[in-house]
Amino acid sequence: MTETLILTKRWGTKDSATLASYRSAGGYAALEKALGMAPAAIVDEVKASNLRGRGGAGFATGLKWTFLPKDVRPRYLTVNADESEPGTFKDRYILEYEPHMLIEGIAITCWANDIHAAYVYIRGEFAKQARVLEAALAEAYEAGLLGPRLGGKADFALDIFVHRGAGAYICGEESALLESLEGKKGYPRLKPPFPAVVGLYGKPTIINNVETIADIPWIVEHGGAAFAALGVGKSGGTRLFCVSGHVNRPGVYEKPVHYNLKKLIMEDCGGIVGGRKVKAVIPGGSSSPVLTADEIDVSMEFDALKAAGTMAGSGGIIVMDDSTCVVRALLRISKFYAEESCGQCTPCREGTPWMEGLLHKLEGGHGQAGDVDKLLQMANNIGGQTICALGDAAAMPVQSFVKKFRADFERHITERRCPYGDEAWGKTQESREAVIGGMRA
Amino acid sequence: MPNPDLRSQVAWRDLPDDGVRRFDAELAPILGRYPEDRKASAMIPALRIGEHIFRHLSPPVMALAADRLGVSPTRAEEVATFYVMFNTQPVGRHVVEICTNVSCCLSGADRIFEALQRKLGVENGGTSADGRVTLREVECLGSCGTAPAMLVDEEMLERLTLEKVERILGSLE
Ligand SMILES: Cc1cc2nc3c(=O)[nH]c(=O)nc-3n(C[C@H](O)[C@H](O)[C@H](O)COP(=O)(O)O)c2cc1C
Ligand code: SF4
Ligand code: FES
Repeated sequence: MTETLILTKRWGTKDSATLASYRSAGGYAALEKALGMAPAAIVDEVKASNLRGRGGAGFATGLKWTFLPKDVRPRYLTVNADESEPGTFKDRYILEYEPHMLIEGIAITCWANDIHAAYVYIRGEFAKQARVLEAALAEAYEAGLLGPRLGGKADFALDIFVHRGAGAYICGEESALLESLEGKKGYPRLKPPFPAVVGLYGKPTIINNVETIADIPWIVEHGGAAFAALGVGKSGGTRLFCVSGHVNRPGVYEKPVHYNLKKLIMEDCGGIVGGRKVKAVIPGGSSSPVLTADEIDVSMEFDALKAAGTMAGSGGIIVMDDSTCVVRALLRISKFYAEESCGQCTPCREGTPWMEGLLHKLEGGHGQAGDVDKLLQMANNIGGQTICALGDAAAMPVQSFVKKFRADFERHITERRCPYGDEAWGKTQESREAVIGGMRA
Repeated sequence: MPNPDLRSQVAWRDLPDDGVRRFDAELAPILGRYPEDRKASAMIPALRIGEHIFRHLSPPVMALAADRLGVSPTRAEEVATFYVMFNTQPVGRHVVEICTNVSCCLSGADRIFEALQRKLGVENGGTSADGRVTLREVECLGSCGTAPAMLVDEEMLERLTLEKVERILGSLE
């Protein structure tokens, strides 16, 4: 069976970001087809496709679209291109190599949901990606695909705007993204109401990840059932898996949504550098609970990873070999959440730096008996007690690392030093090639 | 007591005229992206333009952005200090930001960052004595598969080694 590639097929081919190249590969045919369909029929296809959000929560996309109240206008679409979850690096390549696929997905989504303005919120650090998307948008306007007459045909106006952020992980959280887009600091909003009801400028708003929206043209072209058939159970399609860390071939791999994690690491990525053993794998971005080497022979489908006690999250897989000090890894992860907490909720604002501090002490060999329990207690106090999910995102790594690797933490205390050397922290990629979809980098 | 808000509202008038004109010219097309009564949405783009033109976001620059968007200078300052890419203090001629999150460190980012601190004689966030480079440690840049990664004046550089970084640094004026 040949693999079906929806998103990565043309990455790295010449001029893939141009309208001419996209068109010659059949681009914008799906939009034309969609414009001949009733909007509700498109929503039905997306429901039938079993597409689940690729941004982190894995929520069913078609179902999310039906939450828009029937009679409130205007409605907005915001595309989440904040891509800041450590270990995640896929949306940037869609923006770089297939910007028209994203634009076509936005156009179809807006037609299906009676939306006339869409914003793509791109993290500030992606200057190049924003430029590529702006250039593609200019081409699409020039060709009359966007603007007053969508697809050059329908009596339906659509404008798509790029909005660049300026460096804040929290703005990937959907309600913080909306605040930021309104020109404020990125403070997450209390939910409910959900953005589908009260979103941008107080209006009903759909928020979807870049990859989610980029899947839409394929679904319309081939039908929801075909997309569903690529996956399993309640999850359809392929998905971009980002693999980094101690593998021989890190990169972005497009695989069926239920692909096996161990197979991805040991076969596609060529196993571990220097033939070492796997010690720990973070399967879905740095906030997802860590897995041990014994736990990675598992489907990466959303519900399967949930059953394994973790989450598919953003598809960011970080692999650590058996020379790695996991306390040091967790310290770095905890530092990240302490830096990025927006400070609105006391448990998150106070708890995240406190955990970082204690981990710093532990990693340096200055911990005391009972510190590991204190750490766990603090994590348990943050989880579930906050406005947004960053609190849980900070707690889950701590809880899981301690649960799975407790002996490592205790050894730091009893031996009064880190029992591991520096070896794990400098495995240069100079001699390792990265595989980015169809490209070698 | 003068109202501090009023004071900073006039402060932008001390900025050089040509800079203010350039600011207005670059901001104008951006404003069209947002509903007429939602101009404040352009705060991040406005501050970015201001920083490019005036080198850093001093209080008069923030006041200028606020004035054009019809909000208080306090609001502009709140936004400028919330986002890490904005500089409210003077920076060097180049800004070098290296990711030290997990995947980059597994590929040696920590060592590169330490070596750069030594070489430039600065701590995290510091500017070299000759005013050439401001060095900063940043969070995941979305380049973990081609690690380590860094930004040099907003350009992403990947698959770094210490030698590569030293060469790049040496080429900065
Ligand atoms: C702290 C935090 C950070 C997030 N960062 C991102 C992000 O960078 N990109 C993204 O698409 N979703 C991110 N999300 C998830 C969004 O809130 C939202 O669920 C998602 O964009 C919805 O799109 P989807 O249904 O297509 O996945 C984040 C969530 C949280 C709590
Ligand atoms: S949980 Fe943390 S990041 Fe989220 S709103 Fe509260 S303080 Fe801010
Ligand atoms: S960890 Fe450095 S770019 Fe992601």
